[in-house]
Amino acid sequence: MTIKEPGQQHPIRVYLIVWGLLFLVSALSYSTDFIDRGLWRWTLILLFMVLKAGFIVAVFMHMRWERFVLISVVLTPPVLLLVLVGLMTIESDYTRSTRIEHFGEAVHDEALPVSVREIAN
Amino acid sequence: MTPVLGVEREPMKTISEARETLLTTFSDDWGSDIAALKGVPWGKAMMWVFLLSDTFIFTCFLVGYMSVRMSTVEPWPNPSEVFALHAFGASVPLLLIAIMTFVLISSSGTMAMAVNMGYQRRKEAATNLILVTALLGATFVGMQAFEWSKLILDEGVRPWTNPFGAPQFGAVFFMVTGFHGLHVSAGVIYLLTIAFRIRRGKYDESNFEIVEITGLYWHFVDLVWVFIFALFYLW
Repeated sequence: MTIKEPGQQHPIRVYLIVWGLLFLVSALSYSTDFIDRGLWRWTLILLFMVLKAGFIVAVFMHMRWERFVLISVVLTPPVLLLVLVGLMTIESDYTRSTRIEHFGEAVHDEALPVSVREIAN
Repeated sequence: MTPVLGVEREPMKTISEARETLLTTFSDDWGSDIAALKGVPWGKAMMWVFLLSDTFIFTCFLVGYMSVRMSTVEPWPNPSEVFALHAFGASVPLLLIAIMTFVLISSSGTMAMAVNMGYQRRKEAATNLILVTALLGATFVGMQAFEWSKLILDEGVRPWTNPFGAPQFGAVFFMVTGFHGLHVSAGVIYLLTIAFRIRRGKYDESNFEIVEITGLYWHFVDLVWVFIFALFYLW
């Protein structure tokens, strides 16, 4: 092996700042546990999750300094996985509604899909 | 030899010769040190491809978790109560999990520093930082072992049942955190191996991009924990 041009070299300051930010966002993320379950909590959980993931991938894994082709190769497939998430959401809703229909009512009524609530009424 | 698409190949003759050619071209191509993506060392590209496949595995786990949690008619156990610890004279929700999160983030930070030191050719500093990273990783696995034994022995959580609610909770918990813990354990071994090899002078001829490749794996393990923490423990 020969010595090639230097690889991903960046000022240490950048890493320290991101490290600090990760601590801060983790603390914020933990604090969402004290919010009641609902739209607010879920939004904040996802927001802090995406922020942390973004910092790690962009700076610690050097993605923001990589060539566009590598960024595309790595980031496109996971985005497509959101289709799977969408499909399984529909599937799970359906499974839940058939379970309720055949095995009796659920413990939490407000948690039912709208379609089932309409049948029950 | 006739050049085919710019590559010189021997004409194939018998079946056994053809098989040999196939195998040798395969191994030659695989090990030929070619950078498929310009400016990206092939080792790094391969690590990214591996991490991409690992992403799919963890996504399968998390989507499976989402499916069972959405479709169960029994109430899902409240993680902030299940994983609460008694400390400071009160029950603190998710205390151990929060500490584990900070330990893993710290290890990601020391790993990033190690990569930086490696490219500056400061071997001693890079090795020490990798060892600190491994130590933090081992601490994480230790705390996870504590959490598992508490849940299995004290609370009676099993993959098929638990005292808190929907039985799928146990299956999801053991599969997701177990698979992640396995990755951390493997990562600790990986880090120790690389640290040992750097000290032995195996990479002295290179520019220490191996540290960055190792770092990619380690940051990925931290990355997966971000998703597990948000979607399993906090949701």
